[in-house]
Amino acid sequence: METTRTPAWFAARARAWDARGAGRQLASLTRALAMPLLGIAIFLLLWQAGAARVQTTLGQLPGPALVWSEAKGLHREYLMDREREAAFHARQQERAAKMAAANPGAAAAPVRPYTASPTFYTQIVTSLKTVMSGFLLSALLAIPVGIAIGLSGPLHGAVNPLIQVFKPVSPLAWLPLVTLVVASVHDNPDPAVPKSFITSLITVALCCVWPTVINTAVGVASVSDDLNNVSKVLRLGWLQHVRRIVLPAAVPMIFTGLRLSLGVAWMVLIAAEMLSQNPGLGKFIWDEFQNGSSQSLGRIMVAVITIGLIGFLLDRVMLALQRVVSWDKNAVTR
Amino acid sequence: MTGRHEGRTRGWRARVAGILGLCAAGLLAGAPASAAIGEPEKWELKFGFIKLTDMVPLAIAYERGYFEDEGLYVTLEAQANWKVLFDRVVSGELDGAHMLAPMPLGAATGVITKSEIVTPFTLSYNGAAITVSNAVWAEMEKTVPVEDGKPKHPVSAAALKPVLESYKAQGRTFNLAMTFPVGTHNYLERYWLAAGGINPGVYAPQKGDNSGSLGAEALLSVVPPPQMVPTMEAGTTAGYCVGEPWNQQAVTKGLGVPVITSENIWTDGADKVFGMTGEFVQKNPNTTVRVVKALIRASYWLDENGNANRPEAVKIIARPAYVGADEKVIANSMTGTFEFEKGDKRPVPDFNKFFRGQYGIPYYSDAIWWLTQMRRWGHITEHQPDSWYLETAKRAFRPDIYVAAAKELIADGVMQASDFPDLDKATFIKAPQAGPLDGIVYDGTQPNAYIDSFAIGLKGSAQP
Repeated sequence: METTRTPAWFAARARAWDARGAGRQLASLTRALAMPLLGIAIFLLLWQAGAARVQTTLGQLPGPALVWSEAKGLHREYLMDREREAAFHARQQERAAKMAAANPGAAAAPVRPYTASPTFYTQIVTSLKTVMSGFLLSALLAIPVGIAIGLSGPLHGAVNPLIQVFKPVSPLAWLPLVTLVVASVHDNPDPAVPKSFITSLITVALCCVWPTVINTAVGVASVSDDLNNVSKVLRLGWLQHVRRIVLPAAVPMIFTGLRLSLGVAWMVLIAAEMLSQNPGLGKFIWDEFQNGSSQSLGRIMVAVITIGLIGFLLDRVMLALQRVVSWDKNAVTR
Repeated sequence: MTGRHEGRTRGWRARVAGILGLCAAGLLAGAPASAAIGEPEKWELKFGFIKLTDMVPLAIAYERGYFEDEGLYVTLEAQANWKVLFDRVVSGELDGAHMLAPMPLGAATGVITKSEIVTPFTLSYNGAAITVSNAVWAEMEKTVPVEDGKPKHPVSAAALKPVLESYKAQGRTFNLAMTFPVGTHNYLERYWLAAGGINPGVYAPQKGDNSGSLGAEALLSVVPPPQMVPTMEAGTTAGYCVGEPWNQQAVTKGLGVPVITSENIWTDGADKVFGMTGEFVQKNPNTTVRVVKALIRASYWLDENGNANRPEAVKIIARPAYVGADEKVIANSMTGTFEFEKGDKRPVPDFNKFFRGQYGIPYYSDAIWWLTQMRRWGHITEHQPDSWYLETAKRAFRPDIYVAAAKELIADGVMQASDFPDLDKATFIKAPQAGPLDGIVYDGTQPNAYIDSFAIGLKGSAQP
């Protein structure tokens, strides 16, 4: 009878739960968490102290306590919006019932969705949808182009000047051009895909395509000679060469490029939304600025921190994805 | 079992008949029977607005269910600035918007993107003010006449002349801010300066000069409203003309002093209008009339019972989704007072006028007044005959739609004929009125004579 070998990953986890190892595990966990927590705590104290000293036309710069209470206020607004939605649907049902009683034979009126200004959470979701769409579009464009120019020297010479010229262009410079082009080309607006969404995602794609292109090209060009020789010896076709040799070797650089691109995409989106009117976090900040109320600064800070946290999360997601895709599980990824 | 069954059959027919009778009575009494105009062609609408207090009729029409009563499901979305708002209406992303009264006229004449924008409803009359920085006011105060220990209003721009001299002596330019070139705040600021003998410059679009500073003693430029107070604080601008809450905001923060409110520059003229594309109005006539019906009801509610509902309106628009400024900053101007210098609060009951006295009608004479100002300052580059002014006004301002909506409301029983003026006999040209600042009489039937009666600005066949 054959005994099945326990897989390595299971054995590793089992070791972790070993009672003797638990103490060591706890110590290393504490060490890993302690420094970041200490850093954050010191930052919060400095922020609270510094904010009290800065006066703006909209009042004192808010400290962490005020920002936290504004965050709770945003949640309360979300709850009130849900109540209003319930009231709206109740009114609609009442109206439908009256109409049905008046014309029993007529078809039921369609249920109209609740229309109201988006809540903070809806705006976060809109921003995430836009950034992922823009980022995916840019990745779809950038990776093939990067591979092509990485493999071919002449092609790289031809495309490189264009990359260098368009790379530094700011999203706010692209925005008027993109708005006009989208307005003239995208003539039949489908309410599910508003023009502001398309304008934002194209602007994001235009700005975040460059890190991926450049890093992919470098990654592909720096595939080691040994691996290229293997491919020549085996006489692999072009597609096989790319799929089996080039891509796996270039994955770390490609993912570095993708992570940089995602970071840029998230930054660009917030700026683009302020003018493109895509109802996301960027528009939230601009609207709060226009409100000019005594709570505006606090709310803008909440949005800034949310943007930062989401950017951090997106980066971690990309990192996890990189670990899954990478063939070298022992490689250090951070 | 038999007993229960008999009990049900014996009584239930009568009970059902009674319930149906009550339903019918309820329907006849309660639900608005809009039998005259048909169902809306487009139910889901998106309207844009700028965060100024005079967008309040839109907010009230939404919050009090007036849009819903008409079967319209409206989303109100704040826009970043006037240019973005206008472009989105033209491109069809917005079905309608809160607009500056000259915008449909600018669109008709091609001063801004040549397109067909029409307005069937005036959202507000009056509603703007000019604020200057504390330093400038300190200089102005020296020459402003005093009455009862307080500066006499309306303050003339002539008091600015010594300030201009001192700026010139120091080699500095005197900058003022406004919101949009083809806009109420720009033209009102220019009128005020010119009435005080200061030349604000002219636009020369045919020469490619869109700065509006040809021959100017004071330079006017566009600044987004939230930045008007900080730029004035920084000294980049000396003052600005804008709607509320930005003037009261300056006084509350102690950073500026409002010197004049717009009803003292031009009384009871259309300030903000509700604009839609001509194409939308043509394709969706029922929807347009229903939108105007809801807006008329909102305006009526705002001015009802001597402004009794205004405090509630203030609470609604203080929400971040609408105007978002602090309640106490919005409350002043909306409830009939206005703070000039800190502590100098005066009653200005007509600061924001919605329904009272003007009914929300888009008067041709209001459109022609804005056209005369556009001619004065060079946005209209050539002399045009009086008939051209009336024709252009008729293309952009559509009181006929207003009349249809008003008649619907009367037929529904929601409003009464006595709430409106005699709409059948109306010419939509107001009687001649004298300007409060300079006494110059404006007669809507003689725009060229009016243009020629000013000392500063283009007139006759002059070209910029």
